[in-house]
Amino acid sequence: MREMLKMIIVLTVLCSFSGGLLAALRNETMEKIENQQLEFVRGPAIRDILKGSSNDPIADRFKIKVGETEKSFFVGKFDGKTETVVFESTGKGFGGDIGLMLGVNIADDKITGIGVTTHSETPGIGSRAQTDPRFAAQFKGVLLTGDFKVKNEGGQVDAISGATVTSKGIAVAVTEAAKTYTSLKPQLAEKLKGFK
Amino acid sequence: MAKSVTQEFTKGLWAEIPPFRLVLGLCPILAVTKSVENAIGMGVAVIFVLVGSNVLVSMLRKIIPSKVRIACFIIIVATFVTVVELLMQAYTYPLFLKLGIFIPLIVVNCIVLGRAEAFAYKNGIIPSFADGLGLGIGFTISLTALAAIREVLGSGTFYGNQIFGPSFQPFNFMVEAPGAFVCLGLMLCAMNSIGKK
Repeated sequence: MREMLKMIIVLTVLCSFSGGLLAALRNETMEKIENQQLEFVRGPAIRDILKGSSNDPIADRFKIKVGETEKSFFVGKFDGKTETVVFESTGKGFGGDIGLMLGVNIADDKITGIGVTTHSETPGIGSRAQTDPRFAAQFKGVLLTGDFKVKNEGGQVDAISGATVTSKGIAVAVTEAAKTYTSLKPQLAEKLKGFK
Repeated sequence: MAKSVTQEFTKGLWAEIPPFRLVLGLCPILAVTKSVENAIGMGVAVIFVLVGSNVLVSMLRKIIPSKVRIACFIIIVATFVTVVELLMQAYTYPLFLKLGIFIPLIVVNCIVLGRAEAFAYKNGIIPSFADGLGLGIGFTISLTALAAIREVLGSGTFYGNQIFGPSFQPFNFMVEAPGAFVCLGLMLCAMNSIGKK
């Protein structure tokens, strides 16, 4: 009986001590880890979209609550004007969710560029959505509004051959982005003023 | 007669160098030795976990009941591994991306658990510290040696730096898993023939 009690006490104390320590460390490093993930996972796509901006888009970011979750927005400064904002949207691809970064200029509502951040598409087929610049280029300068669909569904998006599901996923992600953008535009404009 | 602290330390560097003498912890050694950078990163993580868990197990050895000792060791080891994982994510994220799943897998690394059970549970804090540090450094040296051979032959680089001219044809076999097996086998063979007199 005594031995049993000792086992229980030792294990409980050890577990709670370990749990407490890890929770504290996690709180300490959370912000740092978030920055690192932004830099190395989303950073390349963001910097690619905002190529030539005079600020650091990852440092100049803000958050807006959309429903239950907080969305991050990255600000790009061109010619002294902060009118470009980049944010992430997702769509269902062939192998899972596709994360898509999308930049939009709030002065004329036009897309300035897109870039795939995370995906689990087939290497060499669906993954071309991330690596082939020609696919991303077709979105540049398009008005970010309404529904985006691939061409064989009567839309305007030129799909990657052999990767229709992936292309559809990206079209969905852009459509989602358009919805988010339309509903948040007044807030975005307000926030962007703060970065001047 | 008990061995001195220095002996406990140096045995990890040659006489009981893992994985060549103990042949433990082969999973990470085959997986992360594609490049010297990965090998050193992994080695440093293992040193930290091994030293930390050895010291803590040795400190608590009188109050840990022997029936639940393995469970206690796992908690201690897992805590240290999670600390390493969080710190790596926070400070060396690219390395974390490369090592990926092999950092959490240190929890079930035979060396770490093996040292807790075979050494730290029966010895004092200072010898346990020396034992952990010695074996950890030994592990890092082995990983680095294997990685150096594989990286130089397999991709023609050392620590990411090109060392051969552009005409070098990489020996791709070396950077793949079978290459690791063959290379490890040859190194074990060499170690054994040196060791046996």
